[in-house]
Amino acid sequence: MTPSQVDARLVGNDPAGAYRLLTLHAPAVAGAAEPGQFVALAVGGPDSALLLRRSFALYTADPDQGLIGIVVAEHGAGTAWLVRAPVGTTLDVVGPLGRPFRLPSAPCPAVLVAGGYGSAPMFELGRRLRALGGAVHLVLGAAAAPRLFGLAEATDVADSVTVRTDDGSAGRRGLVTDGLGELIERTRARQVYACGPMAMLQAVAEVSAACGIPAQVAVEESMACGIGVCMTCVLPVVGADGRSRMVRSCAEGPVFDADRVRWKDVGTLPADVLGAEAMGWH
Amino acid sequence: MALTSTAVDLATVLAGVALPNPVLTASGCAAAGRELAPYLDPAELGAVVTKSVMLRARSGRATPRMAETPSGMLNSIGLQGPGIEAFLADDLPWLAARGARAVVSIAGGSVAEFAELAGRLAGAPGLALIEANISCPNVASRGQVFACDPAAAADVVAAVTAAADVPVLAKLSPDVTDIVSIARACVAAGAAGLSMVNTLLGMVIDTDSLRPVLAGITGGLSGPAIRPVAVRCVWQVHQALPEVPILGMGGIRSGRDALQFLLAGASAVSVGTAVFHDPSAPARVLRELRADLARLGFTRVSGVVGLAHRDGGR
Repeated sequence: MTPSQVDARLVGNDPAGAYRLLTLHAPAVAGAAEPGQFVALAVGGPDSALLLRRSFALYTADPDQGLIGIVVAEHGAGTAWLVRAPVGTTLDVVGPLGRPFRLPSAPCPAVLVAGGYGSAPMFELGRRLRALGGAVHLVLGAAAAPRLFGLAEATDVADSVTVRTDDGSAGRRGLVTDGLGELIERTRARQVYACGPMAMLQAVAEVSAACGIPAQVAVEESMACGIGVCMTCVLPVVGADGRSRMVRSCAEGPVFDADRVRWKDVGTLPADVLGAEAMGWH
Repeated sequence: MALTSTAVDLATVLAGVALPNPVLTASGCAAAGRELAPYLDPAELGAVVTKSVMLRARSGRATPRMAETPSGMLNSIGLQGPGIEAFLADDLPWLAARGARAVVSIAGGSVAEFAELAGRLAGAPGLALIEANISCPNVASRGQVFACDPAAAADVVAAVTAAADVPVLAKLSPDVTDIVSIARACVAAGAAGLSMVNTLLGMVIDTDSLRPVLAGITGGLSGPAIRPVAVRCVWQVHQALPEVPILGMGGIRSGRDALQFLLAGASAVSVGTAVFHDPSAPARVLRELRADLARLGFTRVSGVVGLAHRDGGR
């Protein structure tokens, strides 16, 4: 669906553990969004000295009420402004952006893995997968209990919920990948979906590959524009033709087939990427 | 006297090319126009200035490529692009089919490459002007860009002008001691106009990792933070070379920002980094500029070009 740029009214700004859940009235965005897509928000008001948009995966998109929800973690001046924005604030929102998670053509069991507030898109995805008739098994992980997002809602969208925290403050101590292979085997899952930090996605990709099932991952690369013009959010990805390219996570992603991403090379310029040889001489 | 906005004639002439209005995109900030189509009509702008294209496909640098700075940003993309062949096959026809005018930015590693690029563009549909990017800081030689040396800049401009079938703009760097001497050299070599300015070379160090933020270590600084530098450059060159057409850019975010550049001597402006903040910024700047000109009682763009240099300000 074509994205829109809209003035969206902030209608809710609520605590959610270590995060804030922001609810915005943005009918054009809500009516077009699919799980895995994101929105890019301008921060700081019209004369802001913070020029770059902040991108957030959509947590909810309700076309009937025209509302969208995003989960915001405060970790800089831009998100600090956002989490303190009073209800009634008008926010400049662009979206929905990026390619969503692809749903299977036939019902099948799926495992959904999320780290921190990377769980945001997983709840709507879980509902859609269950509506198709497939079982959904959700794995949520975080450093500590307050950094798990959506735990209370998890059982509503999933047939089983597994929780892991680094410090053991919720669920079992450990990583989301601990026992993931066994979960995939036991549930006869045919598809893995994941969203979270890059290191977690890489680990999930490795477990999925070892189990012989595909994984779709939504990456979190830093973006300046979110709309495909700035070329800052690139990562090395293998194309259908076997060639690796530096591709934009905002436009060609954020959802990628995990086996196409060159995880070990993210943040580098591999010599065999298309056009890498042209970098040496100029 | 109250003038309606329709009373302002926004048409301008840039380096001999008639444009319906003086607001363009900026190279590297609008790709080749397609990504902005959901937010504005590229045909309604003065022209779309496309991201610098090179002869061959180019990967660009490793990440991180970007750092936000006060009222600006650093970028270290490294001219990622598909190469001239794909650009001619995919990008330029898309703009032409929508009735948009294209100012094609070209970048080469040598004089010969610049000339070959200009030759490949000859006869291309929708091509209005060529912008020779002799000042991109994100190249292997960093500060040693063509635009930092009058003779090197002139060599490129002469070769591009000879090979091109449209007027050529030379894009200048503000990172020079005397921008007027570079401007003179480019004009003497055949540049029909000047694009001013490219980014300033900058750097940010991460105080947690204790290392440079950018994988490329240094990057080009853009955004409103550099606007006063850019306005100064346009002012100095227009003062020295009042007959030379200038496409002004550097931190333009509003109609009033654009008006500053026109008053300093630019015939048209490019809206660049503001697009990252607001993808419809070029169309908005155009609306605001129209309203500002009407409010000030001007009926034509040409009436304000360079006006700040003349007596009789209010």
